[in-house]
Amino acid sequence: MKKNGPIELIFHTVFILFLIAPLAAVVLVSFTDKGYLSIPTNGPSLRWFRAIFDYPGFIDAFWMSLYLGLASATFAIAVAIPAAIAIGRFRFTGRDAITGFFMSPLMIPAVVMGVSFLRFFNQIGLSGTFIGITMAHTILIMPYALRLVLASITGLPRDAEQAAATLGASRWTVFRRITLPLILPGIAGGWLLAFITSFDEVTMSIFVASPETMTLPVRMYHHIAQTIDPLIASISTVLIVVTVVLMLALDWFYGLDRILVGKG
Amino acid sequence: MSTAATVESRPYWLSAPGLVLFASMLGTPLLMTLVLSFYGFDFTKGIQPGFTLANYVEVLSDSYFHKIFLRTFLISLAVTAICILLGAPEAYILSRMRNPWKSLFLIVILGPLLISVIVRTLGWALLIGGKGMISEFLQLVGITDEPFSLMFTQTGMIIALVHVLVPFMVLSVWASIQRIDPQAEDAALTLGASKMTVLRRIVLPQIMPGVLSGSLIVFALTASAFATPSIIGGRRLKVVATTAYDEYLNTLNWPLGAAIALLLLVANVAIIMSYNRFIEKRYAKIFE
Repeated sequence: MKKNGPIELIFHTVFILFLIAPLAAVVLVSFTDKGYLSIPTNGPSLRWFRAIFDYPGFIDAFWMSLYLGLASATFAIAVAIPAAIAIGRFRFTGRDAITGFFMSPLMIPAVVMGVSFLRFFNQIGLSGTFIGITMAHTILIMPYALRLVLASITGLPRDAEQAAATLGASRWTVFRRITLPLILPGIAGGWLLAFITSFDEVTMSIFVASPETMTLPVRMYHHIAQTIDPLIASISTVLIVVTVVLMLALDWFYGLDRILVGKG
Repeated sequence: MSTAATVESRPYWLSAPGLVLFASMLGTPLLMTLVLSFYGFDFTKGIQPGFTLANYVEVLSDSYFHKIFLRTFLISLAVTAICILLGAPEAYILSRMRNPWKSLFLIVILGPLLISVIVRTLGWALLIGGKGMISEFLQLVGITDEPFSLMFTQTGMIIALVHVLVPFMVLSVWASIQRIDPQAEDAALTLGASKMTVLRRIVLPQIMPGVLSGSLIVFALTASAFATPSIIGGRRLKVVATTAYDEYLNTLNWPLGAAIALLLLVANVAIIMSYNRFIEKRYAKIFE
């Protein structure tokens, strides 16, 4: 194993500082005791965290994002599991096309999806509804859910399934008792990644969200477009903490590097 | 489970729910937007159903839109170049670290990908604004007397976008480094090659596929980025995505907005497709 020299380590340190700096800035500012943007000088104050509760708009938006993430991640994973079995276990005509179709939201700019859903929901009467935005999110996060489930299915040895089948288990029993438990980490990881993606999504949601279905990132975006104050920093800090907790959960279920490096 | 013979209908049944969902909820909206982009628009009467190329003619001939498309292209180019210069060396340095440092820093670098883009952009607004921390710091040290702001500038936008997207570059290069046989480097060193030569002749050619696919992701994501350019660039410094937004939600000229959005989509897909083809051809052997 070769070692990094001093130049490499300096580069690395600067790089890491560059990555952390804006997040650190957000967290620092959120602990200020002043009424304006500043770094806390007389120790941390929780003033702006308490202030969040005076803004029901943000609280409602948080719950909205939570329900939306739960609904769309669950829906996406429910659709992704059978699709992943089809793609991972069978060779059939149109397999590549179908895979490409399911992965296509990664290639379509979020703005394009946003304007398309805006028009579509307007025409069919779903604009501003929870169902509408849930559908939109399900499409957007489907590639993430599918990729992780697919990765766990492709890497699965088949001998246990074959043994069960030989011993007379029905297809459904084999799936429920053998396959499903084995791919559960992939399902859990895919669900979590889908949830986080939905929870964070802003661009597409800006077009689809109505005042009743406004998600937290969308409300934050509109707030920042008007004014940047310590309140938005404290809300962001809460979001950072929530994301880090979810990230650790994801790491626990599936291994963060495996998900992100995408060995599947 | 599967039998090799005959036409198997199970995979189609299994993917049917997803296909129905995608055809109705993604295919239809995109088609409707395509149709919409050929409609006319009148400021008093609103959207006029019909078939006209007026929106595309307007976008492709108006210098106002040329400027926006060119700006988006140049910003994407700059962000991609900087991401290569920062991300590729970092991935290499990372690969030479030991655990637990390696895993720790990998998570520190990749973690921000999961944090909302709004939060990350807000961080830059706090840092680079006129009353921001960098400005205060520079005044404190005495490098400048006046508040120094990168908000609403192209430079500020590029810095924030690099921050948002550089993890993708590290990721992509990292993935190709995993494939390198470490013994090749040792062999070259043993045979008397200098460190520079090893880097140039052994490491660089092998991480090129990673650099290329990383650039592709970064370029495509920058070109279609909305939240960061919108917050850092403000109303005046428009890019393609923010222009489409304005046509839809401010001017309410949906047909024109649809045309802009579709041009962005076509450009995006074209870049990704041609790039993929290029990489497959050029590096087919490496991926085998």
